[in-house]
Amino acid sequence: MIKANQTASPLTRRQVLKGGSALGLGAMALRLSPAWAAPWGQTAAYPQGTEQGPNVSLAIRRESFPVAGQSARPISINGTSPGPLVRLREGQDAVLRVTNLLEEPTSIHWHGLILPPEMDGVPGVSFAGIAPGETFTYRFPVRQNGTYWYHSHSGLQEQLGHAGPLIIDAAEPEPFRYDREHVLLLTDWSFEDPATIFHNLKIGEGYYNFQERTVADFFADVERHGFADTAAQRAMWADMRMSSRDIADVTGSTYTYLMNGQSPSQNWTALFKPGETQRLRVINGSAMTYFDVRIPGLTMTVVAADGQPIQPVPVEEFRIGVAETYDVLVTPEANTAYTLFAESMDRSGYASGTLAPRLGMTAPIPVRRQIADRGMEAMGAHAGMDMSGMSDMQGMDHSAMQGMDNAKMPGMDHSAMQGMDHAKMPGMDHSTMQGMDHAKMPGMDHSSMQGMDRGHMADAASGRTDGMLPVGVAQPGSRLDQPGIGIDPGERRVLVYRDLKALRPWPDRRPPGRELELHLTGNMERYMWSFDGKKFSEVTGPIHFEKDERLRLILVNDTMMEHPIHLHGMWMELENGAGELIPRKHTLNVKPGERLSALITADAEGSWAFHCHLLYHMDAGMFRVVKVA
Amino acid sequence: MKAKRIAVSLGTTIAMLAATGIQAEDGYDAPAHWPSPIVEHPRGSLLVDRLEYARPDEGDDALVWDFRAWYGGDVNRVYLKGEGENVQGDGEAPEFESLDLLYSRLIAPFWELQGGIGYQGGIATDDHLERYFGVINLQGLVPYRFETDADLRISEDGDLSASLESEYDVRITQRLFLQPRLEMAVSADEVPEFGIGKGLNSVRTGLRLRYEFHRKFAPYIGGYWQKTYGDTADMARAEGEATEDTGIVAGIRMWY
Repeated sequence: MIKANQTASPLTRRQVLKGGSALGLGAMALRLSPAWAAPWGQTAAYPQGTEQGPNVSLAIRRESFPVAGQSARPISINGTSPGPLVRLREGQDAVLRVTNLLEEPTSIHWHGLILPPEMDGVPGVSFAGIAPGETFTYRFPVRQNGTYWYHSHSGLQEQLGHAGPLIIDAAEPEPFRYDREHVLLLTDWSFEDPATIFHNLKIGEGYYNFQERTVADFFADVERHGFADTAAQRAMWADMRMSSRDIADVTGSTYTYLMNGQSPSQNWTALFKPGETQRLRVINGSAMTYFDVRIPGLTMTVVAADGQPIQPVPVEEFRIGVAETYDVLVTPEANTAYTLFAESMDRSGYASGTLAPRLGMTAPIPVRRQIADRGMEAMGAHAGMDMSGMSDMQGMDHSAMQGMDNAKMPGMDHSAMQGMDHAKMPGMDHSTMQGMDHAKMPGMDHSSMQGMDRGHMADAASGRTDGMLPVGVAQPGSRLDQPGIGIDPGERRVLVYRDLKALRPWPDRRPPGRELELHLTGNMERYMWSFDGKKFSEVTGPIHFEKDERLRLILVNDTMMEHPIHLHGMWMELENGAGELIPRKHTLNVKPGERLSALITADAEGSWAFHCHLLYHMDAGMFRVVKVA
Repeated sequence: MKAKRIAVSLGTTIAMLAATGIQAEDGYDAPAHWPSPIVEHPRGSLLVDRLEYARPDEGDDALVWDFRAWYGGDVNRVYLKGEGENVQGDGEAPEFESLDLLYSRLIAPFWELQGGIGYQGGIATDDHLERYFGVINLQGLVPYRFETDADLRISEDGDLSASLESEYDVRITQRLFLQPRLEMAVSADEVPEFGIGKGLNSVRTGLRLRYEFHRKFAPYIGGYWQKTYGDTADMARAEGEATEDTGIVAGIRMWY
């Protein structure tokens, strides 16, 4: 109560209750069971509670309460961490009052929402931030629907649990039906201070990686593939001073992975009645972790990506990059429990819960897969080679090449390969490749090794003379038909970006007037991350979009890590080969060495943040301001 | 004094470093009182690479240290590096073989070029001869991940010398590392007061087995072999010292 009375803004009844709970009145029950994760259906789909719009008050505090059963000091929003489900309705004018009860400035960014620039919640870009003790009122018309989330955009606060789900109910009936819905907010919690994690990443390369290759791995590989091939492989990585096991910067060695704020042993449970269709709104609200999500025994039908409806895709598993959301439908018929399993991409841990007809049930937890070794596609992206030339040669998209007449491609350009020292790349040898596990090397594609020149490909495919691809065609060098590192597509049906197809074309059908190419760059040793080789502190101005122009943003990943790239204020229509039915997203996962593109309608005048959504990459400089004017 | 001049020029470079550390103006019309969306903070780190007790076959036991500390940003830093020993039972104070204050700049993804002043001698004691140097240093990772530190130093008397240190980590398990290391010293001039001859002075190799209980705290055991050459060896012989020695060590590696 004392805490609650300090709140500068008017309190809802629940806030008062939560203030009470902080004093120990049923604290465990409330805290460990936020209401949006409560087991039954629509309104009780989430244990941290729901704040129903259009008028919502949120109080941000630093509090002591347990996370995963251990004492912790997270940032809470209305008394829970992660925060309550904010539920708005399409067509409303939302009024969101955020009160900062921290001792430092804070902010809330409404991730994926199209709104006026001053309401976007990025300190230094949209507004000044919310000073301690102050209340900032966000007001914006809600013009979209779907599954989104919100989080702090101040420093490293997001890592302390300053995040929550945001659902916008549709004004019109959605193109799919379901009986019950559940929110699955995935986060990565650490008992270390975020500043310490950042320091450790800066100073100790591979600090959190306890799955590096060892002498034993070397001998095991020698046995499997022979000494020469193994030595050649290892020599390549060693020569570049990198690790093929660098899948995640921050791992399960410090993270406890949470589903709706609960650890696997706390086993958050979503209830269903057999035969009913469940809508799972899966949100990756973690700071650094990509998850592979599956429910053994159930097929999931993906019906929305980043809040936007797509044509239904039945899958057994999907990878969700940081900040992405997917809505999936499942219809469990049996009166039995199913495990909701979200394995971290580097296999160092998992978040899990249970989908069950009754509380207290469990299903077997799947055995985690082994960490994968990165292959040529990551290597090629790096280490002083001609990056653009090299990345083009990685994983050329088969479908993009189909139907192309070789005779019309006189320009098989080998010059792009001249920058590479063949002597240092014994692995380019086909004999070496035969010894390698192809499943672990999704980027390996023999056709891609022929050094085909991008420009020629584009011309051949489009018949255009300006060198620009037609709308919706995937960039050569994209790997949109591959699920990514550590997934064996032969094992089960896994969602890939190419599967995403909009229900109908998006309003702006103009072809792009220009192309803007940005490279994702970094220095792993120093943990410096950047666009086009420049950290935010090193750039001299914003990226300019002309008001109302239609442009193609091309992202080229020159690093060996995945980057979830997020543009504020405007959609990115991912050119995944779906022609006029390309999906639109707020966050694009770009794989190592990959080149992909998105169409953007620059209709949102103002300054917007554009960044890698891996929290520590952003903080290390992988951030730009986009100015639409 | 030469050392003072070097110190002044170092101070200037530190001032330059502070100037370059200021946030570049992004120019997107943000009001002046708004914070930068991404704030870079300078940071500091201390690595005690070796803090060990050495028991040679021939010479006296010694406590040996090798540390480096820095403060700064991603590109510009100030380093303090020290290497030295306290020979046990000789009644003399500890001696720094080198104590360098350096300005450092990242010149390539894996390389820092460093320059500044160096010192050799004791701290607050007259037990050891002392001298100052101007130091240029190249520190980084050569391909295959050999951690390498090469320096060139010119003493206040104009004596030119160079040294190279390199170490490599073999990962036996996720926490157990075998670390071979190599140190070499050469000199262009003879400096008899310090027992230094012309040409190759000494080679020291070691092998340490380290267990990282914590990434930042790792005890180790190991052994080394060292030999002096040429005039340097002659001078050692004249002093009654061994020109070749082996020994065992036990110590800790730690960093913050």
